[in-house]
Amino acid sequence: MRIGDYQESYAADEALFRTPTQRVWLMAAGAAAVVFPFLAGDYLLYLANLVGLLAIGALGLNILTGFTGQISLGHAGFMGVGAYTVAIAATRLSLPFWIAVPLGGAAACLAGAVVGVPSLRIKGLYLAISTLAAQVIFEWVFGNWTDLTGGIRGINVAPATFLGFAFDSDRRIYFLIHGLAALHAYGAANLFRTRVGRAFVAVRDRDLSAELMGVNLFRTKILAFMVSSYYAGIAGGMWVYFTKVVTPENFPLSLSIQFLAMIIVGGLGSVQGTLLGTVFITLVPEGLKVLTQAVRPFAPDAMSYLFPLRDILFGAMIVAFLIFEPHGLAEVWRRIRRFFALWPFPK
Amino acid sequence: MDLLLQLLASGAVTGCIYALIAIGFVVVYKATGVINFATGELMMLGSFFAWTAMTAAQVPFVAALLVAIAGAAAVGAVVERVVLRPLLGQRAISVIMVTIGLSSIFKGLAQILWSGEYRSFPPIWPRRPITLGPVLLPARQVYPSLIALAAILLLALLFRFTRTGTAMRATAADQATAFGMGIDIRRMFSLSWVLAAVSAAISGVVIGTIGGISPQLGAVGLRIFPVVILGGLDSIGGALVGGIVMGILENLAGGYLDPLLPGGGVKEVAPFVALVLILMVRPYGLFGTRDVERL
Repeated sequence: MRIGDYQESYAADEALFRTPTQRVWLMAAGAAAVVFPFLAGDYLLYLANLVGLLAIGALGLNILTGFTGQISLGHAGFMGVGAYTVAIAATRLSLPFWIAVPLGGAAACLAGAVVGVPSLRIKGLYLAISTLAAQVIFEWVFGNWTDLTGGIRGINVAPATFLGFAFDSDRRIYFLIHGLAALHAYGAANLFRTRVGRAFVAVRDRDLSAELMGVNLFRTKILAFMVSSYYAGIAGGMWVYFTKVVTPENFPLSLSIQFLAMIIVGGLGSVQGTLLGTVFITLVPEGLKVLTQAVRPFAPDAMSYLFPLRDILFGAMIVAFLIFEPHGLAEVWRRIRRFFALWPFPK
Repeated sequence: MDLLLQLLASGAVTGCIYALIAIGFVVVYKATGVINFATGELMMLGSFFAWTAMTAAQVPFVAALLVAIAGAAAVGAVVERVVLRPLLGQRAISVIMVTIGLSSIFKGLAQILWSGEYRSFPPIWPRRPITLGPVLLPARQVYPSLIALAAILLLALLFRFTRTGTAMRATAADQATAFGMGIDIRRMFSLSWVLAAVSAAISGVVIGTIGGISPQLGAVGLRIFPVVILGGLDSIGGALVGGIVMGILENLAGGYLDPLLPGGGVKEVAPFVALVLILMVRPYGLFGTRDVERL
């Protein structure tokens, strides 16, 4: 039983990790994450890297949509901007990855600022539609500006290297991706302890009231777009070094929707929830794949149902979470924690 | 000059169908404030209903259209009752995402029921093209858009003159007052989804007769966003004008800009560029209600 949460100073109350239990679990998780690549097989490593990448992108979207309340259907587009910037910087300018990736983040950030401009005049559903337009336009540019993006063939990129060490295997790049993911999760969690982060939340809760309290609405919204797109850009940049190739099909509208599903299932406005949601949305379809492979001996045509079933499962997860668990996995997780904190007493 | 006339005419013809889809979208938005991302998939379902009726049961086209309408109406009613009703009045993100989730479910179901293959309707329209002065239009484009226009007209008459239509308009204008006057609001919500599904199904069927159908047909649904933004999200007349304008615009862009730009695909992207410009200049569209916010 662990009841009572006594804090003696504001600093302790505002701290990110407030209890020794949290710190112990975090360290355990960190240790498990370091050991994982040495134990896991290729397939699990691949999935872990994918989750890590997408988590960075999903964190960005949650900052914009979950914390600031601006719906974006163009997140994959920003990820693409980051990815193409990195690919071009790495191939044409031969920049090392540790310059190229931040450059990708910066380029996406800039694109976010441009796309965010209409948020001055429009909001809610209208803004969602304008970001949808941005997504369509980005996709078109990736596919059609052949001189720059290589068109449908895309751009091939060499593995990232640092001081002669090449991140050329899934195991090696795991540390890079997950290091960055941890860093960005930490950054996102911290953001909402600052003035800027609280302004984001105020804009979400009631934008006009926030403005009356002295929050510059336009600047705050643009900033939220920029931070969110920067995250997407970094995710895109790491995507390039992970898959070694970038093509226009990598960043479709369906990926934007997948990001939205991650933060809905995980929990809007929760960093922890974002991570849970990313894992959930990425792994559940994989679980379905494993399942269909398992029943193949009994039903030979099971594989042909895999993709349709995946679509149905994906849609059903979104609908079910919205109706039955609107605060997402973060809320489920909170309930579980609460149960153990209060045990053996009922809640 | 002939090219211009040709592009204008065939654009207007496609535009009529866009207008019909957009009207279904606007009806739902007006009544329930939901942006329906599943519009395209409702079209796809409707077209498959009609196709199944025509190929499996060998019924004539008109009967197949009625089957599609009935099927879509049932789907619309169920979806509203089971999925949308619990989320009434929720955040914008929830209602957007729930319709996106629905569209994914519909797409998957259609692939299982009808497989992912491309199908085409048995020939329905006469093969002879229709000539209007210098303009030559294929009959398989003209007749479908006439059906779309007729459906639009029927919907307009329904809203204007019937008791139910008046109740729906009252609900859209002011829910609380309408409720106070004894209008069954829930029935109106349900009805708006039924109408949206029906108009989507009709447009799905007519589009299907032009170019064939597959579970991917729903992608056309995205094209209505420029249409409704131009016309105003909550204006039925705006949807009609917006549909025709966007149909013409994408045709002109396809005809004149496609040869100039590498890679093509201008036809698909031009309406979205227009969308961004419209949002910058006139966010509430040509005929939409200007939203005034008070604290």
